[in-house]
Amino acid sequence: MSSYLELTARQRIPAIFDPGSFEELLPPSARVVSPHLAQLDAPVSFDDGVVVGRGLLDGRVVFGAAQEGGFMGGAVGEVHGAKLVGMLRRAIDERAHAVLLLLESGGVRLHEANAGLIAVSEVMRAMLDARAADIPVVALVGGANGCFGGMGISARCANTVIMSEEGRLAMSGPEVIETANGVEEFDSRDRALVWRTTGGKHRYLLGDCQVLVPDDTAAFRAAAVQAIADIRAGSASLTLEGLLDEQAMLARRLLDTAGLADPVDVWRQLGVPDPGAVPMLEADAFMQLAAPYRAGGQR
Amino acid sequence: METLQFRFEQGSRPLAGMAQLVGVVGSGNLEVLIEPASLGGACEIEVRTAAVGFGATWQAVMTDFHERWGLADARICINDMGATPAVVSLRLDQAAETLTGGTP
Repeated sequence: MSSYLELTARQRIPAIFDPGSFEELLPPSARVVSPHLAQLDAPVSFDDGVVVGRGLLDGRVVFGAAQEGGFMGGAVGEVHGAKLVGMLRRAIDERAHAVLLLLESGGVRLHEANAGLIAVSEVMRAMLDARAADIPVVALVGGANGCFGGMGISARCANTVIMSEEGRLAMSGPEVIETANGVEEFDSRDRALVWRTTGGKHRYLLGDCQVLVPDDTAAFRAAAVQAIADIRAGSASLTLEGLLDEQAMLARRLLDTAGLADPVDVWRQLGVPDPGAVPMLEADAFMQLAAPYRAGGQR
Repeated sequence: METLQFRFEQGSRPLAGMAQLVGVVGSGNLEVLIEPASLGGACEIEVRTAAVGFGATWQAVMTDFHERWGLADARICINDMGATPAVVSLRLDQAAETLTGGTP
């Protein structure tokens, strides 16, 4: 078992794709760095915090990206976003089997202001364009920095989100909520609360992620291969019917969970037996227990 | 930010392979880009660091590195976010190992 969480973006690529198959586009030696950070006299990175390219996954041509959480929390600047968009467009041009996004990001890189915001919106559009071209887009969320802000929204533009319990997915991060609404609303230093609220298990039970795996590169890879096969058995594109179903699920979820302050109360409301034991369960045992009670229904 | 340049002549160990990047530009860490380049047998190192005023320390760490490896026709570029000398040496060794396949 090899931890996914502990790896850098550059180490995750060969652990997920077929060994030796990944061909990077705009590699570090191209030195396409952020012009904004240089203007601010801040350190830049030769890959602007993201690896993009094309490789083989189980022998099929799959495009992919891995965000480096260690560089500015994986935040998306203009170049970082443009690399993601370019990779997604090329995946469409080359009729890729699928696109795999190894996400780890706090969202928009605030240093780059509007350029970063526009970059994130372009990433979402490019993801939906890929899906409209019937190319499955699968997001993996298992890094220490989680997946927040604009990249949290982007993750939910994917067909399938695969998470580990340690992975976190949300819009506003814990510190942001505490700063905006006070410590009574959310104590960002309560780590158990943070993981109960944003961690993979809660996201799975709420229907925001479709698969929960142990923190293991082989488990992430196997789940990605399976998810792509499942999506390709149907269609990757958005449908009006699918969107209406999801909207109905969200409305029902909001109604069902109104007034509940802690995720444990939400799990109880969903019917999960012994909800207090959920945080201690291993991923496989959790999936067996939780699948019937997901807000989004069984997958 | 401060930019520092170093050049060491008459190296003896050439590099083999494509450019490699090791490390991450995070607090107390750095990234090292290493690639073969025609430099008349020299090794050139460019450092961009967030910690201003440590030129003498960098000079000492780089001189040690060259004495360990003696790389020839090598270009090394560093983006640094306040790494300590020990971390810098470790990353440089890691980078050199990727393109020489060996140890110092």
